[in-house]
Amino acid sequence: MSKYIPGQPLTAVVERIEIQKLRQGDNLILGFSIGGGIDQDPGQNPFTNDKTDKGIYVTRITEKGPADVAGLREGDKIMQVNGWDMTMVTHDKARKTLTKKNQDVVRLLVTRRSLEEAVKQSMGKKQ
Amino acid sequence: MQAPAAMEAADEVLQVLDVCEAIEETREVIVTTIEEDPIRNSPPVASCGAGTKPSQDDNWGETTTAVTGTSEHSLSQEDVVRITKDLEESVGLDCRRYLGLALAVVLGLLVFLTPLAFLALPHLLWPEKLQSCGTACEGLFISVAFKLLILLLAVWALFFRPPRAGLPRVFVFRALLAVLVLLFVASYWLFYGVRILDSQDENYQGIVQYAVSLVDALLFIHYLAIVLLELRQLQPCFSVCVARSTDGEARHYNLGQLSIQRAALAILERYYCDFPVHNPALLSASKSRAAKHLAGLKVYNVDGEFPEAPAEGPGNNAAAAGMVQSQSRAMIAAAARRRDTSHNELYYEEAEHERRVRKRKSRLVVAVEEAFTHIKRMQEEEQKKAPGDVMDPREAAQAIFPSMARALQKYLRTTKQQHCHSMESIQQHLAFCITNNMTPKAFLECYLTPGPTLQYGRDHWLARKWTLISEASVTSGLKDGSTFVLRCLDFGLVVTTKRIPYIQMSEEYIDPKSHKFVLRLQSETSV
Repeated sequence: MSKYIPGQPLTAVVERIEIQKLRQGDNLILGFSIGGGIDQDPGQNPFTNDKTDKGIYVTRITEKGPADVAGLREGDKIMQVNGWDMTMVTHDKARKTLTKKNQDVVRLLVTRRSLEEAVKQSMGKKQ
Repeated sequence: MQAPAAMEAADEVLQVLDVCEAIEETREVIVTTIEEDPIRNSPPVASCGAGTKPSQDDNWGETTTAVTGTSEHSLSQEDVVRITKDLEESVGLDCRRYLGLALAVVLGLLVFLTPLAFLALPHLLWPEKLQSCGTACEGLFISVAFKLLILLLAVWALFFRPPRAGLPRVFVFRALLAVLVLLFVASYWLFYGVRILDSQDENYQGIVQYAVSLVDALLFIHYLAIVLLELRQLQPCFSVCVARSTDGEARHYNLGQLSIQRAALAILERYYCDFPVHNPALLSASKSRAAKHLAGLKVYNVDGEFPEAPAEGPGNNAAAAGMVQSQSRAMIAAAARRRDTSHNELYYEEAEHERRVRKRKSRLVVAVEEAFTHIKRMQEEEQKKAPGDVMDPREAAQAIFPSMARALQKYLRTTKQQHCHSMESIQQHLAFCITNNMTPKAFLECYLTPGPTLQYGRDHWLARKWTLISEASVTSGLKDGSTFVLRCLDFGLVVTTKRIPYIQMSEEYIDPKSHKFVLRLQSETSV
């Protein structure tokens, strides 16, 4: 994942993931945990080499939960949720965006390191 | 004031260096390189002037035996030398001290009697012309009296102290002050003689005020004396490292701005209090090792040219010198190549010695503890009841001493300290410890570790005469990097000076309200 330079557009290879929320009692759950945010300390992030990245990362995935089934993996960085940007939000805003009660489905744009490498490899093969 | 004196003709061995001389040649006094023959025990001696080596008997080394100092009553080489030197030195310096004392007394009397003379002379010489003394004038009498009293007390406090030492050269600041006082009083007398005595001034109040001004100025000179003599050297400016030449024992002291001789005096006083006593018996081991090194190799000239006996000129000297050089180089190379196992011996010998010392020490501790259990302090009530077998501390010490004597003597022999402590001194120390309720461990402490020189008997251990050897003049001040040597009969103290650096400090203000902290947040929320 490339380092974000303020003022420059951020480019990344992303994957589209659509998660159906699961109803458990009174709650709609997605089955994963998030960490990070612009109000958090980025130095503790184990999923990235860039220790200034304040984006939202997936820290845990419940087995066989909706996120696991949809293809979300631990360590993914969430770039958009239903069109809302997730690269420059506070932790609480991210949580609220993901857990809106009136939505059954969340469409995420996530990026991970393996995506970049796969694209590079395929571009290399082309040439 | 003696020139460097030689002893009687029969004993040309030693020269007494008397640095009392204020002549120019002492400026070149450097520690002369006198190779100390490792076999003989005679102390190194510094000579003054053009580096003349003292003429010694060349067979000296061959015919003396090494003195090990184990026997208590033998007169070692050091004692002989010390006694002969003491006979020689006592005459010269005393007259110098008495001269100084006499000068000081004369100056003091002059200073004190001058104001009184100023006040009394008009009454004696022209009493009828003199105006009578009014109230203000009599008030000035009181002030003169009290100021003189204060001056008397201050001079007594500052100058009337027993002298600590006899220094080689005159104390520069004191001499300056004496000259200043003399000039000052002389100028006052001059003025008095011309303006008052000759013209027979009637204004007595003016004369009294003149005397008061003299006493005021004397008090200010005394203030100057305090600042120059006492206060100036209090602030530490230099750090000196004092190292003993025989065993390398070193200490560091802080001194202020002093002349070299005063610094040497301060260092010597601290030497007696801080340095463990010099024990020549501990040095014999390294000397014997050095002797073995030298004795190991001999150089034989098998097929070389023999140097011609008389030196005909520089050419032949060069050949002879070259010969000697190549010989010594060959020796060094051979010694380096030789597989020397003396380190092995040293290692095992030291381990063995340590084991022996520890064994003897444990026996000693047990013996002393057992001996101390034989005595009990008697309480007051018991004293009245049983007056039978009561002993005072000395008798008690004598009673328990035999049971520990043997263990103690063996221990002292092993650690080579037996000539430091006599039987009498041990018993005295034992009586002292018993009187003060000290434990056996406290009694033993002064035998287990060597204490400062002052702790031991005065006559045997305190060197009578110290010699200051310095390249710079001894009345010049200490400078960064100055070195000098203080030599007594058995060893020398090498002193090096370093200046304490100038410290540049700046300040930074921290507002107490500026200490703020935030938590490091790492939340993880499950959605």
